[in-house]
Amino acid sequence: MIGRLSARYGPPAAAFAVFLLAWEAVVRLARLPPYVLPAPSLVATTLIADRATLFASLWVTLRTTFAALGLAIVGGSLLAILFSQWKWLERALLPFAVVLQVTPIIAIAPLLLIYLPAWGAVLSCAFFVAFFPILANFSLGLASTDRNLLDLFALYGASRRQTLVMLRLPAALPYFFAGLRIGAGLALIGAVAAELAAGASGQETGLAFRIVEAGYRLDIPRMFAALVLISLAGIAIYFSLSALAHLVLRHWHESGGV
Amino acid sequence: MSDAVVVLKDVGKTFANGTRSLAHLNLAVQAGELVTLLGPSGCGKSTTLRLLAGLETPSSGTVAVPARKPGQVGFVFQDPTLLPWATVADNVLLPLRLQKMQAAEARRRCTDVMRLVGLADFARAYPHQLSGGMRMRVSIARALAPRPRLLLMDEPFAALDEISRFRINDDLLRLKKELKTTIVFVTHSVYESVYLASRIAIMAVRPGRVTEEIAIDPPLPRGADLRTSAAFLGYCDRAMRALGRAAAEDRR
Repeated sequence: MIGRLSARYGPPAAAFAVFLLAWEAVVRLARLPPYVLPAPSLVATTLIADRATLFASLWVTLRTTFAALGLAIVGGSLLAILFSQWKWLERALLPFAVVLQVTPIIAIAPLLLIYLPAWGAVLSCAFFVAFFPILANFSLGLASTDRNLLDLFALYGASRRQTLVMLRLPAALPYFFAGLRIGAGLALIGAVAAELAAGASGQETGLAFRIVEAGYRLDIPRMFAALVLISLAGIAIYFSLSALAHLVLRHWHESGGV
Repeated sequence: MSDAVVVLKDVGKTFANGTRSLAHLNLAVQAGELVTLLGPSGCGKSTTLRLLAGLETPSSGTVAVPARKPGQVGFVFQDPTLLPWATVADNVLLPLRLQKMQAAEARRRCTDVMRLVGLADFARAYPHQLSGGMRMRVSIARALAPRPRLLLMDEPFAALDEISRFRINDDLLRLKKELKTTIVFVTHSVYESVYLASRIAIMAVRPGRVTEEIAIDPPLPRGADLRTSAAFLGYCDRAMRALGRAAAEDRR
């Protein structure tokens, strides 16, 4: 067991450790000042020293991310189910979803900031980017149900509701989780991007604003510390969703074994 | 013909893309028969089954299946076609649940039919944990659970190795005897066709139709050496010649 774990996680952990050590060594040997490139050790101490501010900001950003993701899950799934039941609805509404998807969110943010309060604009941006992958993947899943199983349900006189609940929805679950994983990552990116566009606003400010603020003050170690927190949050979200997908799909789907 | 379970009269089927799958197909199946449809790929065997199941409608002619109510007709596809997220028991229960059968009765039937097909110990397994042959048994159990009057089977054992195939062929004959179900079985194996059938319908291609019928009468004596017996091989010979004539007709 330990042998298997170390075989799997050993190489990436070792590579990462070597990377950090090399970084530290370069900074120390070349005597680089912290405003050019801070050493990892300094980033770590900054992270600890400024934890009150940074973690409060992380919490703000994460709250936006999760609220946006929640709305995207509900909205994207509902729309995907409606699309699967009424094809004309899909033809009517899909263009809107595609337009929202292909327009860079950072370009819409200034406009949203005019119409909405800052928190609303940030939430909307994060929602828009997370929404489409969930809708698209779930729609694809609902449309790729095994033909023979659909025939079987027809043969036994299954109602539309039975076919949806007992066949189409469970069959689309792997697609849903694929979309969820992409959508969750994008929700964080959308939240950070919109925070950058929104700048300082109100009492609560997210991590992106901390990065900009630290940049103005040439507090480079703090910029790095905030970046580390954002990355860690992204990684944590990705892995917890992978674990959830594994838990739900482990009995039957190839992707569940990961 | 009061006992006819299936009557196909002058049936034609042309698909939307213009492919003429069947033309002037005539076939009647009596209660208790096991009719095999034997023919090369593309002769419309599967289309014929789908017509019988009501999954397709004929372009011309009439398809009469008096038993065709949900649950009265079972279908076993070429692939096991199981719900991968459901256990063996839940897969077998599926048609009963779709008919909203009372849970206790459904569970009793499910247990019975799983014992019949040799799945009693696998109720809680998931499809991916089973071999191809076992998955096919689940598919058969599911088709039998509603106690259908007519069972349609579309090359169900084509993907199995010969040893599993022989065993499952024997099991199918035993099940048929116990349940008295009428079966229409599609295959392109001459030997399987003769082994299972009480009557063989030979089919030709372009367009698909029944060219000859061979009744296995009297029934072949079931035994370990049947597959090498003179009677069995005689029928195989007849079936192959009939297939040859059907192919020659096609070339003309």
